[in-house]
Amino acid sequence: MRPFTRLSSRVMALDRAHVDTDQIIPKQFLKTVGRAGLGRGLFFNWRTDPGFVLNRPDAQGAQILVAGENFGCGSSREHAAWALLDYGIRSVIAPSFGDIFYNNCCKNGLLPVRLPPAAVHKLMSAEWLTVDLPSQTVTGAGEPIRFDMDAFRKQCLLEGWDDIALTLRHAAEIGAYEEKHT
Amino acid sequence: MPASPRTLFEKVWERHVVTAPPGQPALLYIDLHLVHEVTSPQAFEGLRTAQRKLRRPDRTFATMDHDVPTDERPFKILDAEAEAQLAALAKNCREFGVPLFDLDSPEQGIVHVIAPELGLTQPGMTIVCGDSHTSTHGAFGALAFGIGTSEVEHVFATQCLWQSRPRTLRIAVEGALPPGATAKDLILHVIGDIGTDGATGHVIEYAGSAIRGLSMEERMTVCNMSIEAGARAGMIAPDATTVNYLRGRRYAPQGEAFERAAADWLSLAGDAGANFDRELRFEAAAIEPQVTWGTSPGMVAPVSGAVPNPAAMDDTSRRQAAEQALAYMDLRPGMAIRDIAVQRVFIGSCTNARLEDLERAAAIARGKRVAAGVRAMVVPGSQAVRRAAEERGLDRIFREAGFEWRQPGCSMCLGMNPDILQPGERCASTSNRNFEGRQGAGGRTHLVSPEMAAAAACAGHFVDVREWA
Repeated sequence: MRPFTRLSSRVMALDRAHVDTDQIIPKQFLKTVGRAGLGRGLFFNWRTDPGFVLNRPDAQGAQILVAGENFGCGSSREHAAWALLDYGIRSVIAPSFGDIFYNNCCKNGLLPVRLPPAAVHKLMSAEWLTVDLPSQTVTGAGEPIRFDMDAFRKQCLLEGWDDIALTLRHAAEIGAYEEKHT
Repeated sequence: MPASPRTLFEKVWERHVVTAPPGQPALLYIDLHLVHEVTSPQAFEGLRTAQRKLRRPDRTFATMDHDVPTDERPFKILDAEAEAQLAALAKNCREFGVPLFDLDSPEQGIVHVIAPELGLTQPGMTIVCGDSHTSTHGAFGALAFGIGTSEVEHVFATQCLWQSRPRTLRIAVEGALPPGATAKDLILHVIGDIGTDGATGHVIEYAGSAIRGLSMEERMTVCNMSIEAGARAGMIAPDATTVNYLRGRRYAPQGEAFERAAADWLSLAGDAGANFDRELRFEAAAIEPQVTWGTSPGMVAPVSGAVPNPAAMDDTSRRQAAEQALAYMDLRPGMAIRDIAVQRVFIGSCTNARLEDLERAAAIARGKRVAAGVRAMVVPGSQAVRRAAEERGLDRIFREAGFEWRQPGCSMCLGMNPDILQPGERCASTSNRNFEGRQGAGGRTHLVSPEMAAAAACAGHFVDVREWA
């Protein structure tokens, strides 16, 4: 997985709560056996609207998406994280996330940042933000805002670890568990 | 010193910790891994690329459900991508030695319907699948949750997952469900109250006399929609209902071994005095038949009610969401739920496509006719459900009433197969998600119980099943 350390980018704001993964990537794009090229399906039904954020000139090239609460709820489809990444998004900032989506982001080097609703609301109008994982901060025009992140996930993201290799270091313990439980 | 009292979740969790290094999540052992065609191809490919083995093919079971047409078989799959995805699953299962219930199998069906009916799902297990409705299996007192494709690959390679310990939420539903109110109405009522993120980060344990009184199939309906409240998983303590359901099932222990297993399963129930991070209580008597009016399962009202008025909502975010939902759904505030007309009806999905669901829907449809201008489909959850329903003559009741009687699959729950809504079509659906475009771009979904769906099919609009004769 591609490591995540620090990202400075233009911002794309999606002021909508409970954006489910069916909206992020609709069903017709799930019939692939690969991971590539899903960016074309990102917000497929909403982007037909010329006024939708993806179509706005000031959002072009943005790598940071700021969104409303419970972003990525619903279906477990990892295609949602793959589509965001393929489109160029490397960090999503929201007050809360669907659990499975949050996890899927972390497995793909896409940094999900949880911040209080008022802070997120303010960031929606930012043009440019810096997300720094080592210091766990988001910085716009004002003071850096600190976000929480599980220490283990943080380390995996910083190092870009393949967590299967990491787990296989515990192969002896897994074997012992199996021995004991069969 | 006596051990401190533990919840059902804690008992199951603790049994599965392989290792818990300081400062890291726990490495949990996975007892059962269920696989389907949509979320697995990239995971199998990952194994191949890294030249890794699938650690426990004997604990891995696959079925075909999401992409599958529900026409009479044999059929030609016209969608080349779906066909390729199904072929990839067959090839991957052969290569890695995973048992597959394919389209020719008499056991094929929706993954969350077949695993319980085969007895693969058992109390105290950890169960995962690349599908958010894996929460269904918690009805047996298993810890069951949906995972993404990276984690599917991780389980293939290691039979384990790193998991941070979730918080616990006890939802007690006390009393008896009134006539006409079902397990589906119970869970929609709960989600309507706590919201679609009301249980995020939590494992729910459903308890109380109303839950105890539910059959296994009804418990599965409740646990199935835990994810719709944002929960990591939903669980119900194993009891005599659970044990009786599993006795004699193909993959359940047999004979003496079953009795020993049953004693162990019953010991998993939470201890008196065990603590939860949060507790909520609902009264079953207050639960009416429910109908969703919006684009999220929490946007729900009793059938006797009306479409709410966003202008009356104090919370800005809620108001904005309701306005967007009503615009998409093409509904007016204040409109009676009963006045909403439907063109399509779908009885099926991992939420409501088991035998009891079909029996209850058939009881409503018996001797009636599907209303003019309505297309109504009944899609059994599995081949076994279809056979059992046909033995009871349910197919005849549905067909005589003008319903289509179809072959098993996810069908119109998610529109990955030919069963979809056309833009603007409105559907009474027994599935679990009313998200925008879920059943087809521009389609409008109202989530209801099987009884309510069957009644809507015959009336052409929502009706209160409590007044159905």
